Amino acid sequence: MSDSGASSVFEGPNSHIGRSLSRASARRTVAGRGRYTDDITLPRTVHAAFVRSPYAHARILKIDTADAEAMPGVVLVMTGAELAERSTGPWIGTLSCFEGMKSAPQYAMAVDRACWQGEPVVMVVAERRALAEDACEQIVIDWEVISPTAEAETALDAGTPVLHPDLGDNLAFTKTIDRGTVDDAFASADIVLEESFSFGRHTAVSLEPRALLADYDPGTERLTIHTSNQVPHMIQAVFARTLGVPEHNVRVIAPDVGGSFGLKIHTFGDEVAATAASIELGRPVKFIADRLESFVSDIHAREHQISARIAVSKAGDIQALEIDDLAGVGAYSAYPRTSVFEANQVLNITAGPYKFENYRAKTTVVYLNKVPTSQYRSVGHPIGISVGEHMVDRAAETLGMDPVEFRRRNVMPDDAYPGVAPSGVPVNDLSHEACLEKLIGLMDYEGLLREQAALRKQGVYRGIGIAGFIKGTAPGPQGYYGSGGAPIASQDACTVKLEPSGGVICTVGVTDQGQGVDTVMGQIAATALGIPLDQIRVIEGDTDAVPYGGGTYASRATAIGGEAVYQASCDLRREILTMAGILLQSDAETLDIVGGNVVTAGSGEIRVPLSEIGRIGHFQLGELPNDYQPTLSATRRFRLTELPYIFTNGIHGAYVEVDTDTGFLRLLKHWVVEDCGRLINPNLADEQVRGGCVQGLGGALYEHCLYDENAQLLNGSMADYLTPMAAEMPDIEVAHVETPTSESELGAKGAGESGTGAAPGVVMCAVNNALRPFGAAVTAQPMTPEVVLRTLGKI
Amino acid sequence: MMETTLTINGESITATVEPRTTLADFLREQRRLTGIHLGCEHGVCGACTIMVDGEPVRSCILYAVSCDGAHIQTIEGSDTDPVIVALQASFTAHHGLQCGYCTPAMLFTARDIVTRLPDADEDRVRLELAGNICRCTGYAGIVRAIMAVLHDRRAKNE
Repeated sequence: MSDSGASSVFEGPNSHIGRSLSRASARRTVAGRGRYTDDITLPRTVHAAFVRSPYAHARILKIDTADAEAMPGVVLVMTGAELAERSTGPWIGTLSCFEGMKSAPQYAMAVDRACWQGEPVVMVVAERRALAEDACEQIVIDWEVISPTAEAETALDAGTPVLHPDLGDNLAFTKTIDRGTVDDAFASADIVLEESFSFGRHTAVSLEPRALLADYDPGTERLTIHTSNQVPHMIQAVFARTLGVPEHNVRVIAPDVGGSFGLKIHTFGDEVAATAASIELGRPVKFIADRLESFVSDIHAREHQISARIAVSKAGDIQALEIDDLAGVGAYSAYPRTSVFEANQVLNITAGPYKFENYRAKTTVVYLNKVPTSQYRSVGHPIGISVGEHMVDRAAETLGMDPVEFRRRNVMPDDAYPGVAPSGVPVNDLSHEACLEKLIGLMDYEGLLREQAALRKQGVYRGIGIAGFIKGTAPGPQGYYGSGGAPIASQDACTVKLEPSGGVICTVGVTDQGQGVDTVMGQIAATALGIPLDQIRVIEGDTDAVPYGGGTYASRATAIGGEAVYQASCDLRREILTMAGILLQSDAETLDIVGGNVVTAGSGEIRVPLSEIGRIGHFQLGELPNDYQPTLSATRRFRLTELPYIFTNGIHGAYVEVDTDTGFLRLLKHWVVEDCGRLINPNLADEQVRGGCVQGLGGALYEHCLYDENAQLLNGSMADYLTPMAAEMPDIEVAHVETPTSESELGAKGAGESGTGAAPGVVMCAVNNALRPFGAAVTAQPMTPEVVLRTLGKI
Repeated sequence: MMETTLTINGESITATVEPRTTLADFLREQRRLTGIHLGCEHGVCGACTIMVDGEPVRSCILYAVSCDGAHIQTIEGSDTDPVIVALQASFTAHHGLQCGYCTPAMLFTARDIVTRLPDADEDRVRLELAGNICRCTGYAGIVRAIMAVLHDRRAKNE
C-alpha cells in the first residue's frame, strides 16, 4: 500500500523525515525543569503509605487500626475490605484471546488473604509521608501463615499447595503451537540436539518509581489523576470502572515520566487505593512508591525454564524445532494485560527468522506466591531469541559450519514476503538477508575471527556472537487486547489544527517518556503540512486535551500514532489548500504549502502565508463565501486491520572476553543492524536501540529477583539488585536497513524494544563461542560469574 | 525539631527541621527545589546528587540538620555556572538524556569529572560514572557529552 505520492513527500527537500533532530523537550529537562508527578503540588494534599504483607501467603485474621488512626497527622486508615466496599468489584486478569486461561479475582488491597510478600494490605493517609509511615508501624495484623508455593517446577505437583483453591490447581494457562510434522522430522533427522535453559525473574527498575497524585473534587464530582504513566486513557478507563466514577468525569494527565519501559502500563492496587482515598476525603492524595516497596510491588517478568531441541540435516538445514516452556508468574494474572502474554510471545517468536516449517512450542504458565508479572520491555523476546539463536549456534557447531554461514543458509529470503514465521505468525517486509550481510561488514567478522584465534593461543578467550530476530511491534485489534476484552485502545489518533497566527497544534493519543515521541510526531506533521518545525507544537499525555488513544507500549507510537498524525496532517493540508484556492480564486491543485506559506506548486512563488489562512479562517470569515465553513482541524485514527503485529527484524553482533578464572565477562563491542521501516529520526531510533540493549544486558548479566523457599524476596534493594552501570557497558554501533511496512503510508515500524530483546541472546552466544574450547555452554541468565564458573566446572 | 542554616544557591535560609529529614526531602519539599530527584533513598542510584560545599554528594542520605552552615548548589542555581551550562548544551547535543530523571545529578557528577580530572579518558569517565544510574540511554550519549566538554576545555586550556 506504499504510495508513491507519499514517498515523494518524505524524500522532498522540505521533508523533516529522516532528520536526526534533537528533542525540544531535552532543553527543559536538562535544566532541571522537568515536572514529574512528585514535583506537582496541589493545596491540602495528603500522602499515602502502605502496610504490605511480610508473608508470601497468609490469611488476614484481624487488623487493628486504632493506634494508627490516633497518630499525629493521620486523616484516613483504610483496609482492603473497606476499599473493596468502595470498588465496583475485583479484577480478573484474563483475556478471551488466551483460551482456557484462568485467574482468581484480585482486590486492589488484600481482603482475606495476602498472596505475595509485598501485597498491599492497609493504607494510611497522613499530612506527610513520614507521618503515614509512622502510623503504618502502629497497625497490628493477626496473620495465619499458609504454606507458600514458591517453585514453578513443582507448582503442578500433587502435593503442592494450590494458591487459589477455587481455580482447582496452579495452572494459569497452557498453549501449544504445532505446525508441520514435528515428530516425523525429529525421527528422520540426521542430527538432533537438546538443551535446557533458565531465565531469572527481574523487574523494570525505572529510576522514577511509580507515582500518582489523585485529586477528586466532590463539588464537580470530577477526578483528576496525575500519574507517571504511559497509558493515560487506559488508567482513565480502569480507574473509572473500578471506582465507579463516570469515565467522562475522569481526567488523567501523565506529566514528565522518569522512565517506564512497560512497567507503567499496568494496574496497581496501591495506586487505586490512593485514588479511592482522594474520593473518600475530597482532597488530593499523593502516593509515590519508594524503592524498597517498588521491588515487591512493581510487576516482575521473565521467569522461565525452557527446554529445546533442534533437528538439522547434514547439509545444514533446520528441519524442526521444539520448545517446552515453563513460566513462573505471580499470585494473580495482572489486570488487564495478563501475565501470560509473555509466554505467548516466546512461542510466537522463537527461531522467528528461519524458513523451516516443523515447529512445536508449548508453554505452561503457573501461579506462584510471588509478585505478579506482566509485560516489560520486549515482552518474551529475550527468552525466545536467546533460545533460538543458541540452538542455531549449536547446530552450526555440530556440523562444523560457520554460524554466519548457517544463518545465511536458513533465514527467510528477503523476497519471501508476505510469509509466516515458523510459529505461523504472519510476517511481511522483512530483511534478514540484507541485515546479516550489513552486520558482517560492520563487525569486520573475518577480522574478529582472526583476532579470536590468535588470542586463544595465548589463553585469552574471546567470543563472537550473532543473533537475528523478529520483533512484534505496533499491535492491531486482531487477537489481542481489544478483542480479548480489555479496555485498551487498539487504534491511535491525532487531531491537528491550524491556529489563528498560522501555528499548528498537533494532539496525539500516544505518549512520551523521553524517547522523543513529541519530536517525531512534529517531524511527521510538519512534513505533511509543509511547515517549519518551530511552527508546530505537539501535545500528549492529557486525556482532556488529546483524542482517545492507547498511549505508548509495544513500540507502537511512531508506527500507529505516527500514521494517524500523517493522515490527519494530509487532511488539514488539503483543507488549507481548498480554502486558499477559494481566497486566491485559483485551483487548489495548482497550490502547495512550503515553509509555512501557500505557494504556487512548482515555481514556489509565495501566494499567502498560513497566518493569513488562520486569521481569515478564525476571525474574518466574512471574506469567505457564505456556503463555505472551514474547520481548519482534522482528526484521523489508524489501526492495523488484518495483522496482529507489524513484525520487524534485525540482527545483533557481540564480541566478548571471558575470564575463565573469575567468570567475569568483558563486553568489548556490540553491533546492531535494525530494520524498523522508514526512519523518521535516525538518532532517536538509535538511542532507543542503545538504551534498549543496555537494559537487556541487565537481565542477561546482573539482574535477578532472588527468592527463597518461602517465596521471600532476598535482594529487594539497589544494594543487592544490580543494574548496568557505565563502566561495564560496551560501545554499541547501530546501522539500519529500511524496508517500509506495507501497512501504512508512512511505512514506519516500531523500534523501541528490540535492543532489549536481542542483546541477551547475542551475548550468551558470544560467551558460549568463547567457551567452545572447553566444551561447555552457559544456558542460564543472568550469566553471573558464578554461572560461568559452574559451567566451566571450576566451582 | 532543630534549627539549621544553609546557603542554598546563594541565598541564606534558616529553617526548623525534624532531625530525621533528609537534605533531599528538605530541599524538595520545603524549598521546592524539584530538580533533585529520588530514585532509591539508600545512596545507590545517585539521582539525588547535588553540590554541598563544592563537592557532589548524595542528598538522600544526608540529614538537613547535619548540613548546618553548608553551601548548597542545586540545578536551579546553576544557570550561571559555566561548567554546568557547557555540560547542559553538550548533553542536549549528544543525546545524553531521554527521560531526564538522572540528568541533574549526572550533570553534577560530570562537573566533578571535568574539573577534577581534566585529562580523563573515556575509560576513566565511565568509571567515575559508577555512582549514577541511567536506565534510558545506556550511557553512550552521556559519555560522549562529557568527553566533548573535556576536549573543549583541553583545547581552551581552561
